[in-house]
Amino acid sequence: MRPWYARNLAKAAFFATALFLAPFFLPNEYYINILILGGINALIALGLNLLLGYAGQISLGHAAFFGLAAYATAVATTRLGLPIPVGMGLGVSLSALVAWLIGMPTLRLRGHYLAMATLGFGIIVHIVMNETVEVTGGPSGFVGIPRLALLGFSFDSDRSYYYLVAAVLALAALFSLNLIDSRVGRALRAIHTSESAAQTAGVDIAGYKLFVFVLSAAFAGVAGVLYAHFLCFVAPSSFGFHFSVQLVVMVVLGGMASVWGAMAGAFFLTALPEALRGFEEVDILIYGAILVACVMYMPMGMAGAAAGVWRRIGRLRRGRVPGQGEGGHVG
Amino acid sequence: MSDSAPLMSVSEISVRFGGVSALADVDFCIAKGTVTALIGPNGAGKTTLLGAITGMVAAQHGRVALEGRDITDLPPHVRARLGVVRTFQNLEVFANMTVLENVMTGRHALAAYGILDGILRTPRFRAGERACREAALEKLEFVGLADKKDVLAGELPYGSQRLLEMARAVAAEPRLLLLDEPAAGLNTQETKALAGLISRVRDELGITVGLVEHDMDLVMGISDAVTVLNFGTVLASGPPARIQANPDVVAAYLGD
Ligand SMILES: Nc1ncnc2c1ncn2[C@@H]1O[C@H](COP(=O)(O)OP(=O)(O)OP(=O)(O)O)[C@@H](O)[C@H]1O
Ligand SMILES: [Mg+2]
Repeated sequence: MRPWYARNLAKAAFFATALFLAPFFLPNEYYINILILGGINALIALGLNLLLGYAGQISLGHAAFFGLAAYATAVATTRLGLPIPVGMGLGVSLSALVAWLIGMPTLRLRGHYLAMATLGFGIIVHIVMNETVEVTGGPSGFVGIPRLALLGFSFDSDRSYYYLVAAVLALAALFSLNLIDSRVGRALRAIHTSESAAQTAGVDIAGYKLFVFVLSAAFAGVAGVLYAHFLCFVAPSSFGFHFSVQLVVMVVLGGMASVWGAMAGAFFLTALPEALRGFEEVDILIYGAILVACVMYMPMGMAGAAAGVWRRIGRLRRGRVPGQGEGGHVG
Repeated sequence: MSDSAPLMSVSEISVRFGGVSALADVDFCIAKGTVTALIGPNGAGKTTLLGAITGMVAAQHGRVALEGRDITDLPPHVRARLGVVRTFQNLEVFANMTVLENVMTGRHALAAYGILDGILRTPRFRAGERACREAALEKLEFVGLADKKDVLAGELPYGSQRLLEMARAVAAEPRLLLLDEPAAGLNTQETKALAGLISRVRDELGITVGLVEHDMDLVMGISDAVTVLNFGTVLASGPPARIQANPDVVAAYLGD
C-alpha cells in the first residue's frame, strides 16, 4: 500500500510513462508535431483549469499571456541578444507580472470583472502585436527565433523537443495534483462554491484568486516560451480571442476541475482539426457537430464520462452490490 | 453561566441597503461563555447584524469589538482567524466536496503549512494535513456525522447539511460561533438534538454562541441572554424569562 501523500507521484509517473511511449505508436513522424503542440496547449489548459475549473474564475485572455511570453523571449533572444534561458525566464515573468497587474484591482471586486478585464486585455495585446511592426514584425509575424538549446544540448530534433515538453507537462501535472490535494486546493474549490463560506473558514479569497490567476498566467507563459523556441516563428493570429475561447473550451470539454480532463481536452481539440483535414470544406461543420455532441452526451466533460464508465465497471465487478457509496471527486 | 465580560460588542451599528435601513444604531453584546440569542420577526435585521459582526456586510456607521479590540476595519477572513465564525441561514456547504473535506476546509487557517510544502509534500505538509484530518474527524464525531465522512456534502439530507455547517464552523476553533437559524427546516426531534448540541458547544468546547433563531422553545430553552430586534432596532434585551414577559416583545411577535 502506497502512502497517501505519494499517490500523486505515482499517477504523474504513470502519465510520464504514457507520454514517453506515445511517439512509438505514431504512424508517421509528422504527428509528433501535433503531440508537441498538444502538450503545449495542455500546459495552458492545466493552468487555466486551476483558475477556471477549481477556483471558478473566468479568464478570456489566456491566449494573450501565452503570446506575451512567446514574443518576449523572441525579442529578448534576437534583438537583445540575450541567452535563451534568460529570454524564457523573462517571458514567463512578464506573463505573471501582467497577470498580477490585472488581477490586483479586479479580483478584489465581486462579479465578472476578471472576465471583462482579461477580454479587453487580450484584444489590446492582439492589436499591439499587429501594430508595433518594428518590434513584433506585425501581422506577418516574428521570424528567426532560435531553436531551443539548454546547457549545451540543442533540441533540434522534434523527438527531443517532444520529450522536453512531455517532461515539463508531467511535472506541471504533478504540481497541479499536489496543489489541489492540499489546503490550497480546498480553498480554491471553496471559493468556487461559496465565497462567504470560504471567508468564514479563514480563506483570504482575494489573495487566493490573485495567486491562482498569476499562477495560471505563468503556466501559459511557460507554454508560450516553449512554443516560440519550437516553431522559431510566432504571429499574432495564434494569440487572438479565438484561441482564448478555445482554451476555455478545452477545460470545459475536459470536465471542469479535473487535471486529467483539462489535458485530455487540450490534446483532443489540438488533434481534431488535423483528423478532419481530409474533409476539406465540411471540416468546420464536423468540428462543430463533434463539440455539440460532446456537450450533449458528456455534460460533465471527458473526466465526468470516464468516471461514469469507471463506476459502472466497478459495479459490474462487485456484482451490483446495492446501496454502495459512490462519492469522491475526479483527481 | 455568564461572567458578563463582553466577548463581542457592537455599538451603534447602522446598515442601509440603498433606501432600506436594515439596522439603525444597534447596540448588541455577547458575554463570554454564553449562548446569546438574537430574535425578531422576519426582516428585522438579524442576518444583517451577523453580517456586520463577521464583516460580510459593510456598515455605514458603528464599531465592532472583539474582547475590547476594534475589528471594524478588518476583512471577514481576518475576523474569522481571530475567532469570529458563522453559519448561514441558506446553507452554504461546499456541495462538491466530501463531508470530511468540508470540515477540513473549516480548519484552513489552522493547517500550518505553506503552498510549497504542499507541492513538495514536505514532512511539514504531511504532519499538518494529518493533524487537520484528525481534528476534522473529531468535529464530525462531535456532531454525529463521522460515518458520512466520504459522502459528497451536496448529497446529504437537509438536516445533516446543517450539522455539517456546524462541524465546519467549530473546526475553526472559534471564540465566537454565530449560528443563523440552525433549526430552520429541522423536525422536532432534530431540533431537540440540536439544542443539546449547541449547549455542548458552549459547555464542552468552551465556545461562546450567538444564536439567531425563530424556534422559541429552542431559544428559551438554551439561551443565557436574549436580544430582540424589530425593524432594525433593538426592542429589548435581557434574560429569557424577562423577555418572554415583555409586553413590547409579545406585541411585536403577535402584532403581525
Ligand atoms: N443584500 C441586501 N440587499 C438589499 N436589501 C437587503 C439585503 N439583505 C437584507 N436586506 C433587507 O434588509 C432587511 C433585514 O434583512 P435580514 O435578512 O437581516 O432580516 P432577518 O432578520 O435575518 O430576517 P429573516 O428572519 O427572514 O431571516 C430586510 O428588509 C431585507 O429585505
Ligand atoms: Mg435572516
